[in-house]
Amino acid sequence: MKIEVNHFNAGFGNMEILKDINLKIPKHSVTALIGPSGCGKSTFLRSINRMNDLSRDFCCNGDILINSMNIYGDEIDVVDLRKNVGMVFQKANPFPMSIYDNVAYGLRIHGIHDDYEISKVVEKSLKQAALWEEVEDKLFESALNLSGGQQQRLCIARTIAVNPDIILMDEPCSALDPISTLKIEELISELKKDYTIVLVTHNMQQAKRSSDYTAFFLNGEVIESGLTRNIFQNPQEIKTQDYIMGRFG
Amino acid sequence: MHVKSIQKITSFWFKLSGAITLAILMIIVSYILIKGIGAINLEFLLTKPVDSGREGGILPMILSSLYLLAVTSFIAIPLGVGSALYMAEYNENHKLEVVIRFISQVLASVPSIVFGLFGLAFLIFFLKTGWSLLSGGVILSLMSMPTIYQVSEVALKSVPEHYKEGCYGMGATKWQCITSIILPTAASGIFTGIILALTRAFSEAAAVMYLVGSSLEMPTSLLDTGRPLPLHLYVLANEGISMENAYGTAFVLIAIVLTITILSNHIISKYEIKLGV
Ligand SMILES: Nc1ncnc2c1ncn2[C@@H]1O[C@H](COP(=O)(O)OP(=O)(O)O)[C@@H](O)[C@H]1O
Ligand SMILES: [Mg+2]
Repeated sequence: MKIEVNHFNAGFGNMEILKDINLKIPKHSVTALIGPSGCGKSTFLRSINRMNDLSRDFCCNGDILINSMNIYGDEIDVVDLRKNVGMVFQKANPFPMSIYDNVAYGLRIHGIHDDYEISKVVEKSLKQAALWEEVEDKLFESALNLSGGQQQRLCIARTIAVNPDIILMDEPCSALDPISTLKIEELISELKKDYTIVLVTHNMQQAKRSSDYTAFFLNGEVIESGLTRNIFQNPQEIKTQDYIMGRFG
Repeated sequence: MHVKSIQKITSFWFKLSGAITLAILMIIVSYILIKGIGAINLEFLLTKPVDSGREGGILPMILSSLYLLAVTSFIAIPLGVGSALYMAEYNENHKLEVVIRFISQVLASVPSIVFGLFGLAFLIFFLKTGWSLLSGGVILSLMSMPTIYQVSEVALKSVPEHYKEGCYGMGATKWQCITSIILPTAASGIFTGIILALTRAFSEAAAVMYLVGSSLEMPTSLLDTGRPLPLHLYVLANEGISMENAYGTAFVLIAIVLTITILSNHIISKYEIKLGV
């Protein structure tokens, strides 16, 4: 197992958000997290790279193991963790700098300064993110001039440039048009050959199309998890059934 | 009234007030430039004043002003931007923030002559630093800091949260995030504040008149006495020494301030195009 979550609880201040989460996420797969908004999907996702640590009143207990190491353990360096666990956000957030510098950003902050090496990685990452052909001749223009879909693929390129193990995606297509969404979905199925992907999505079709495993969240609990096929065709829990049939959420 | 006619009236009002502001500025600036240009020649720019400034040039004044600008930049920029950075990114004590903001608002509205008198009492009489450009620069720094602090704090706080998240999400440390994302993104706002504060300091006579010694000699170091352009202008006009040279001095002062402002606006817009914001 790439990620193993055991009895994980989390909250902000004295507001309990996640309750006793247990989940196993296998290597080189796409796991979709579905559930109505406000049920804690983002909070859970942001627990996996400890982004929640940025909120001062965040607290949690239980374990999240990545490669069998507890990421909330004392010996964990958050910088290394986040290098290893990349994140793509709901709103595409390229930095206000050139396309090239965006992709080179992670390499530079992690101490790589060799220009030749950086340019190789930039090209490779942009190709892997299926963006290279569109930006090849404007690498040094500001990334903010790209379209929303291109910006999101750039964020994916920026994430894979530092060669992470895991990529977390928080509703990466929710602000995109259908064509850009399709491109990102194709990209996701391409990327899972090399990375383990956890994908929060609001879109049932997207979960069905893109994921191997699905976990259904409701009110901070995992109601049901397993093979996507099983969850959608043969859900065991009434609540899951209701949700995927569109009866609420 | 119809929405349309309200729109018409407000739009007219905006245009009118814009035009009035522009006109006032143009009238003042062109009046001084026209009155002053007669005094301008190479001798005026490159020699010392003779006979208290009735004759000769204003080179020592230009140099004094530049020295003051250098001291002020050297002290006020790091302190102003540094404390804004601390408030925006490190401080978690909301009360401290409110207090500091209040103090800087008060300081920014203290009349410059009060800064001058404070400098005289504190630096010259109490600390006995002696009259010098350095003493003047220290007081100008105190005067400039609140503006730099306030504008920088706003600029830093308006850096979008999602840039920072992206940055921390890549595994950046706080310091890396500050230097690579936060400061560059806020740079044009911070720079605007710096220019605003520095041009004001550059045009200041009252704050430094009791501190710089007002000598007519060529300053060779910061510890020398000197007389910046605005003070020279004030003395020439106030003591009725030479109105012609007073206008000439004003011409040079305005020309330098205009150049700094236009140049910095140009740099800022270039920079913003580069960032793509
Ligand atoms: N930083 C935070 N501080 C306090 N409460 C938060 C914070 N982030 C999220 N929450 C709360 O946690 C709950 C779950 O939010 P979230 O994980 O974003 O849900 P989802 O992504 O499933 O829509 C919401 O009620 C939200 O208000
Ligand atoms: Mg969410």
